[in-house]
Amino acid sequence: MIVMQDVHKRFGPNRVLRGMSLEIARGSSMVIIGGSGTGKSVALKCVLGLIRPDAGRILVDGQDIRTGDRDAFLARFGMLFQGAALFDSLSVWQNVAFRLLRGSLKRPVDEARAIAIEKLRRVGLKPEVADRFPSELSGGMQKRVGLARAIAAEPEIIFFDEPTTGLDPIMAGVINDLIREIVVEMGATAMTITHDMSSVRAIADRVAMLHDGVIQWTGPVAGMDAADDPYLSQFINGRADGPIEAVR
Amino acid sequence: MNPAARPLAHIGRMAIALLAALGRVAIFAGTAAGHMLRPPFYPRELGHALLHVGWLSLPVVGLTALFTGGALALQIYAGGARFNAEAVVPQIVAIGMVRELGPVLVGLMIAARVTSSIAAEIATMKVTEQIDALVTLSTHPMKYLVVPRVIAGLLTVPVLVGVGDVIGIFGGYAVAVQNLGFNPAAYLANTVDFLEPRDILSSLAKGCAFGGIATVMGCYFGMNSGRGAQGVGRATKSSVEAAAVLILAANFVLTGVFFSL
Ligand SMILES: Nc1ncnc2c1ncn2[C@@H]1O[C@H](COP(=O)(O)OP(=O)(O)OP(=O)(O)O)[C@@H](O)[C@H]1O
Ligand SMILES: [Mg+2]
Repeated sequence: MIVMQDVHKRFGPNRVLRGMSLEIARGSSMVIIGGSGTGKSVALKCVLGLIRPDAGRILVDGQDIRTGDRDAFLARFGMLFQGAALFDSLSVWQNVAFRLLRGSLKRPVDEARAIAIEKLRRVGLKPEVADRFPSELSGGMQKRVGLARAIAAEPEIIFFDEPTTGLDPIMAGVINDLIREIVVEMGATAMTITHDMSSVRAIADRVAMLHDGVIQWTGPVAGMDAADDPYLSQFINGRADGPIEAVR
Repeated sequence: MNPAARPLAHIGRMAIALLAALGRVAIFAGTAAGHMLRPPFYPRELGHALLHVGWLSLPVVGLTALFTGGALALQIYAGGARFNAEAVVPQIVAIGMVRELGPVLVGLMIAARVTSSIAAEIATMKVTEQIDALVTLSTHPMKYLVVPRVIAGLLTVPVLVGVGDVIGIFGGYAVAVQNLGFNPAAYLANTVDFLEPRDILSSLAKGCAFGGIATVMGCYFGMNSGRGAQGVGRATKSSVEAAAVLILAANFVLTGVFFSL
């Protein structure tokens, strides 16, 4: 269970989060939607402790993220970054198996490599890709390697920052199914950011819309279309006119 | 504010900013030192850093020392001729290379070659969120990125300085024997007799200090890089400037410590 309470974060004059509160139940899949630049990625990084909020509390299973053993905390998480953030000095399989090659989850090299290749297969990449370097891959392939890396150690809590951007529709479908599978089969808690409404419908148990630094609307995915929130309806229908100014 | 005091206030602010920056660097170096002693260790990363900082710097260090030693011999010969002291070439080349030029030039070459590459690499990793990714993969960037590079600097730069000293002396020797008519055996005997253990020790100690400075500055500016390509550019430039100036300042201090006591 992840709880964000009244989280604030500003960068200089730019007030990004202005009292964001959100709860994500254990084993559920939350999708965060919202305009570009509204602070969705910042919110994920706050939960992971990569960005320190100016105010507010973030609890994971009742414990404040600033207290307790940081290594044990991070060992429970997997994160796909928006820009994939692959280590370009390491080959693809070493990226995917990064966690399995060092630290508390260390495995023999052969085993780590086998796991990496299996995870690559699950995101639709062939074993030949394993020995290439990230700079030799296309953007969409890098994204999928990042996804494979996020799930490699089978974490309990997984954050996906735009998992399907830059992918063709078929591959996007494969990734949506994969995320759904991870939540349902492995019982993981997932928090996904996406702009792709078909992804939202495929992945989400619940949806939250971030706007102006606060959660504007949250509810089950089934209630999304019936909701009478003007912001939400403008967003999901992709209209240029409405309460959200298109030119910000 | 009194207008006359304005330049003073400006100087004061700059001084405070400089001290604050030095404080941050010192805290960074202290943190790195703390991480050096505590596991986990990353031997593979260390090996990689040793290769890059040490081994691959050999050509540039060797060439720098060779030409400098040669030029030094020519200068001393020409200068010494003004008061019939041409014979001091071996001694002065040895002293000049080992005590001063060897460590300083190697230090500056390392600042140019290693500091810049460390700063650019780490800054790029920061800008592309690779540092954040490391953290989420339960790997401490300080241990994984900074410690191996700093250890490599502390270990290999003294060796590079030693090699540079020898090559520099050889450069002087080659010029003296080929062009200036010195007797080879006498030249070498003069060099060896003249150098004291303290000269060599100071040379290596300087190397160690400069290696530490060069790598810490690269890591510090890389880890604190701003955003985007501009941030990487600025981090790289600042790291080399800071490393070069600090190396020269440290050289002054260390020379004082070793030779005025
Ligand atoms: N490290 C940082 N320093 C300064 N400003 C930042 C930083 N990170 C994010 N911001 C700012 O915070 C705001 C929100 O950024 P964020 O990346 O969270 O947007 P987003 O909602 O993920 O958008 P997108 O959908 O385009 O990815 C932006 O205005 C951005 O400029
Ligand atoms: Mg984002």
